[in-house]
This record gives sequence, C-alpha cells and structure tokens, in this order.
Amino acid sequence: MPSLKDLRTRIRSVKSTQKITSAMKMVAASRLRRAQEAAEAARPYAERMNRMLSSLAGRMAGQPGAHPLLAGTGKDDVHFLLVLTSDRGLAGGFNASILRDARRRIRELLRQGKTVKILTVGRKGRDILRRDNARHIIESRTDVGRRGVRFAEAREIAERVLALYEAGEFDVCTVIYNRFKSAMTQVVTALQLVPFAPEAAAAPDVAGAVYEFEPDEEEILKKLLPNNIAVQLFTALLENGASEQGARMTAMDNATRNAGEMIDRLTVNYNRTRQAVITKELIEIISGAEAL
Amino acid sequence: MADKVQFELVSPEKLLLSEAVDMVVVPGSEGNFGVLPGHALFISTVRPGVIDVYDGNEIGERIFVAGGFAEVTPERCTVLADEAMPLSSLDGAAIEADLRALEGAVANLRDRVARLAGAERDEAAHELRATEARIEVETAKLSALRQVTAH
Repeated sequence: MPSLKDLRTRIRSVKSTQKITSAMKMVAASRLRRAQEAAEAARPYAERMNRMLSSLAGRMAGQPGAHPLLAGTGKDDVHFLLVLTSDRGLAGGFNASILRDARRRIRELLRQGKTVKILTVGRKGRDILRRDNARHIIESRTDVGRRGVRFAEAREIAERVLALYEAGEFDVCTVIYNRFKSAMTQVVTALQLVPFAPEAAAAPDVAGAVYEFEPDEEEILKKLLPNNIAVQLFTALLENGASEQGARMTAMDNATRNAGEMIDRLTVNYNRTRQAVITKELIEIISGAEAL
Repeated sequence: MADKVQFELVSPEKLLLSEAVDMVVVPGSEGNFGVLPGHALFISTVRPGVIDVYDGNEIGERIFVAGGFAEVTPERCTVLADEAMPLSSLDGAAIEADLRALEGAVANLRDRVARLAGAERDEAAHELRATEARIEVETAKLSALRQVTAH
C-alpha cells in the first residue's frame, strides 16, 4: 500500500496536470473561435470563385486545347499528395486520422503501380511520414498558419504546385486535410486540385446563363485556374486550422475530466489510508496502556 | 431597389465591402468598364488600378485593387481582388521608395538568372517574375495617386 506521503504527491501532480490541460483547453477554445471566424470570412471569395469557374469550366471542358489544369495531362501515373497536418501535438486524433488516411492512399496507389510524391505541411506530418515513406516526400513545410493562416502562404504553396506541374512532375494532385464539422467531429477529406474537378452541385442558377467574357474565356481561365488552386488550398488550410483547435479543445476537455476523476479516486484512497493509520495508532496506544 | 447595383468587394481573406451603389467603374484588363443596374452577364479580369464607387453623380469611394476578377450580373457586381485598399491610405513617398528597392532587386535577380543554372536558376527566375509583378502593382498605385493629385 502506498504511504500517505506518496498519495499526497500523486494528488498534487495530477492537480497540476489538470491545471495545464484546462489552460490548454481554454487557449484552444479561443483560437478555435478565431479560426472559425477566419474560415467563415474567407468563404464568400471561395464561393464566388467557384461559381465563376464552374460556369466557365462547364463550357470549356469538352473542347480540345483546354487548359492543362482543366484537362489534365491525359495520364494518371504520378500522384502528388499534399498532406496538411499541424505543427503541434496534443490534439487528440487530429494528426493520426489524417495520416492514417494518407498512408492508406499511398499504399493503394503504390499497389496500383503509381508513383507517389508527397508534400507535407506541418511538423507532425513530416515527422511521422518520414518514418515509412521518406523516399516519397519531396518537400516539407512547417510553421504555416502559425499566426492565423494568411493567403500569401497558400499562394506560395500553390505556386510551388504549379511549378511542379508545369515541369511535368505529376499528373494528379490531391490535398488531404481535416474538414471542420464541429469541435467534436472533423472529417478527413481528400480534395483533387489538379486537374480541376468542378463541383457537381455548383451554380445551377447560372448554368443556363450566357456570360460575356473579357478578354476571352481562355485568357480568363488561364488566370482563374491557378488562382483557384491557391484559394482551394487556403480554404483547406483554414478548415484544417479550425479542426486542429477543435480536436485539441475536445482532447483537453477529456483530459481535464479524467484528471478530475483521478483526483477524486486518489483523495478517497488518501482519506481511507489516513483513517487506517489513525486507528492503528490508537490501537497501539490502547493495547500498550492495557498491558501495563 | 431597382435603380441600385449591389457592389461587393471580396479579398481571399474576407468580404471587404457589400453595399448598394449607383454605379461602379472597374479597371478591366481591356479597359475600364462602368456597371449600372441591369448590366448584361459579364466576367472580366481586373488589372491593377482604381475602382470608383459612384454615389449619385459623385465619386463616393476610390479603392485601389492589385488585380483580380470581376463578375457582373444585372443586380450585382462582384470584384474578387487579390489585394485592396482605399486610395487615401496610399503613401506616394513610401511607394516610390519600395519601387526603387524592387528595381534594385530586379537587376540583381536578372544577373543571377543569367549566371546560374539548374534548380537555382529556376528559383531566381521565379523570384524575378514575382518581383516584376510587384513592380507592376506598385507602379499602378503610383499612377493612380498621380491621377488623383492631378485633378
């Protein structure tokens, strides 16, 4: 049986752990609010961009000589995966679920005889994928969205993707991230960036309308498509940021509650032991007195 | 309100402006175009320049945009701007200083592009393109400012 002193030390240490987890929970909650606001504020741009693009892409898709970002390379051999993770851990299953999905995809693609290239965003993704997929990783980014995701960061990654595409380094590009549903649930999502896949449900209201274009469709598409990749990435980064904070908040909330339960159990144990010790001492005194 | 057009200015980070106005003049890549209520469906790219928002016959607001896209429907004019700021917040002297620094960088980069090879050259060429785009934006800012002070 542990001594009274041991129990006191345990209780104290669990209490300080609880203080830390509950502070982390508070921080995550406030960051989550900020991340959610940022994600919401960015929505109008993405929506409108998508609407424009869908109305354009619908007309251009079938035509020969369509933009390569729209038509693809005509091959499906080299897959480029962007794996978005966080820089910091202690966020529950956040990184694990993304990486599990990424690994499954990698295995699947390799089994089909495809080549896989990976760009990781976030320290966690880099560290973990490096263990078993190091030869596929071609680049890693860390400290993205450290002080809130900025569009420039998304654009920088997008430009890298475009440069690789122009150099013929890959055929299909997919980004894997966590879509934010609520603080409790985040859904691992794979979004195909290249070639551009128009959303099926997009813009029924403008589908029949005839737009005028200035300059012509092709010129606009040439500008719109690269920009769209940056926007999609930006959206993914924002969603991922919100998911990370949500997952962390939930995880830390659980940890705080578990610590509370542990403290209760230990306290009960402590009190019992204390009483037992008192009883024992009394018995010793009484039996000593009786012996006289 | 049938005689107003809903003008929206959106940056990737947020919705900057959404209001009913009488007319907007947008710097399209093939020339400025004015949008009045009932305009035909229209999509255009936007060059770096100034958007004039009209209130009645007066210019209410002047906003500088660093390029982007515009979508026009009979009720609405949406400008997706890469970067936007009120013209009044631009500072001519600061822009000129930036421009000088950028031009210095361009000379340096051109030199590197000519000298290097392989991946390093690509990187320098990439940087050169980005810097040249920056210069175009800063020059547009400057000419927008000059226009205003000339009035």
